[in-house]
Order: sequence, then C-alpha cells, then structure tokens
Amino acid sequence: MTDDRLIIAGREFKSRLWVGTGKYKDFAETKKAIELSGADVVTVAVRRVNITDRSKDNLLDYIDPKKYTILPNTAGCYTVEDAVRYSRLARAAGVSDLVKLEVLGDEKTLFPDTAGLIEAAKILIKEGFIVLPYTNDDPIVAKKLVDIGCPAVMPLAAPIGSGLGIRNPYNLKIIMETVKVPIIVDAGVGTASDAALAMEYGADAVLMNTAIAGAQDPLAMAEAMKYAVHAGRLAYKAGRIPRKLYATASSPIEGML
Amino acid sequence: MQNAIEIHVNGEAKTWRSGATVAELLTELDIKTERVAVELNLEILDRAAFGQRQVKDGDRVEIMSFIGGGSF
Repeated sequence: MTDDRLIIAGREFKSRLWVGTGKYKDFAETKKAIELSGADVVTVAVRRVNITDRSKDNLLDYIDPKKYTILPNTAGCYTVEDAVRYSRLARAAGVSDLVKLEVLGDEKTLFPDTAGLIEAAKILIKEGFIVLPYTNDDPIVAKKLVDIGCPAVMPLAAPIGSGLGIRNPYNLKIIMETVKVPIIVDAGVGTASDAALAMEYGADAVLMNTAIAGAQDPLAMAEAMKYAVHAGRLAYKAGRIPRKLYATASSPIEGML
Repeated sequence: MQNAIEIHVNGEAKTWRSGATVAELLTELDIKTERVAVELNLEILDRAAFGQRQVKDGDRVEIMSFIGGGSF
C-alpha cells in the first residue's frame, strides 16, 4: 500500500504495524520477527547500561536505526517526573525527538494515569518532543492530548500484555470520530483477528509486542500480524456491507425454472 | 590509587581517579558513546560535553541506553 502512507508530525511511515522489542528469546529472534512483521517503527525502552558485563550485545546492533524508526518509550514510569526524565534521556541517547509517553497508574493493570500523562505531555511538547501518548480508551482524554499538541494518540485495546483484544470498540470508534490525528491502537492485542478488527474500525496503525513475542511461534505470528493489519486496513478502505438481520440472495431470481 | 574518588555508576560504588572525564569513564568501562545518555547528578549531559566534564568525589553517574521493550 505505497499510496496509503501514515504521516505523523510530518514523518512518513510505510507500515501500519508497529512492534515492540521486548520479551524475545534473543536479539536474533527480535530482528527476524521484526523483519517478518514488516514493521518500520519499533519501540525500545531506556534502561541502565550493564556496566559489569560488557559482553552483552546492544539491541541497536540488530535493529538498524537507519532502517527503522526507533520509538523510545517511558515504560515503567509511574510519575510525571520519571516519564519526563526518561524522555529526556531517550532524546540524549540520540535517536530523535519522538517518544512514546507512558505514565502508568498502577502495577496490576498498567492502565495509564491520564492526568499525569497530560501533565508530562505538556512539559515535553514545550521542550520540542514529538509526544505519542499511550492512553486509555477515553475520548475526552484523547481530545485533551490532541489539544495540547500530541500529533497522534495511542489508546489501549486492553491492558498491556493481556491479549484480551479490543475490549471497548465503541470507545475507540468515538475516539476516531473525535480527534483528527492518527490513532494507533496500542496494547492488548492477542491474535491476528484483534489487529485486523482494530484496523477495520479505522485505526491508523496498531502497536504490539507480547502478542508476537509471547506466541508459541513468534516468527509465524509476526507474519500473521503483517497480513492482519494489511487486510484490516484494506477492508476499512473498501467499506464493509451493512449488517442486516435477514438474508439477501446473491444469485439472481431471473432465469430460474 | 593516587587522588582516588568514590563515585556511583549506575548504582554501583566505584573507586575512580580524580580528574577523569565522562568520556574517559565511558572508554574505560568499554561503553561506546553513541547511543548512550549520561546523567551526572541528575543533569543530562550533551554528548559534546563528555570530553570536558570531570567526575568528582561523590558524583552519581547514570549511563542509559536502549533495550528491548514494548510497553510496561
């Protein structure tokens, strides 16, 4: 779909499937899964360098930042201060001004603390960051995030890593009607049909990690997700038929005996 | 070690030599400067400053990089 590119803050993305890089067996599997998924945006976390064991490989030796858009996240941050600190560190580590902003509410649900999210987003936008916020499936919060300058919003489908699929499709649809920026459904996808559904509803992209990395065969699931997102996007653009309660024959009556 | 200082690097106590720069610290720890961020006592340093900034006794240095992650 070269004529159907996703544009966020002036950046053009080829793939509507974005993937995380956590939970894989090793970097070789991470690299292969990303290749098979066709994703051109990959999320990474910011953590302390292991200073005692320098034999460990670096993720970016496998994921070439020239080939992929590296999207650092603030995963694990529960306060505005931490999320801002990690965002600044990510920028200093030198990939870009992009950040997938997470301010988490609690450890059990990993739901976003949306008040903290808005506060952190304001600070970072003022500092020139391109903030892609991981948010709840709440249309009002989505609108507030866009109003303060987020060029896209990333509502969850379900809790991170839960694999529950889209728990509230109607809220997602309302978000899509409420805001005029790209919507990236982030977190909660369990299998290919979940990703296809998100795209059929009109999401502009889907971001996932566990659904691929945690599958019994991550490489096969990476490929499945590529097709699911592609199929869902095509179906959305094609426009589905309306649901009707009763049958409508698809063969003509004319010419029957 | 003459003029030894005590610093914390990524939470670990280290004895280092006085007058060492951040760039030297990274080199001696076998860490490439590209793709790392260095925070010195909560101040994030520009990469261009690595060669000038010296670590002092009691400093807390955080050396951060990218690892695999989706959401958390």
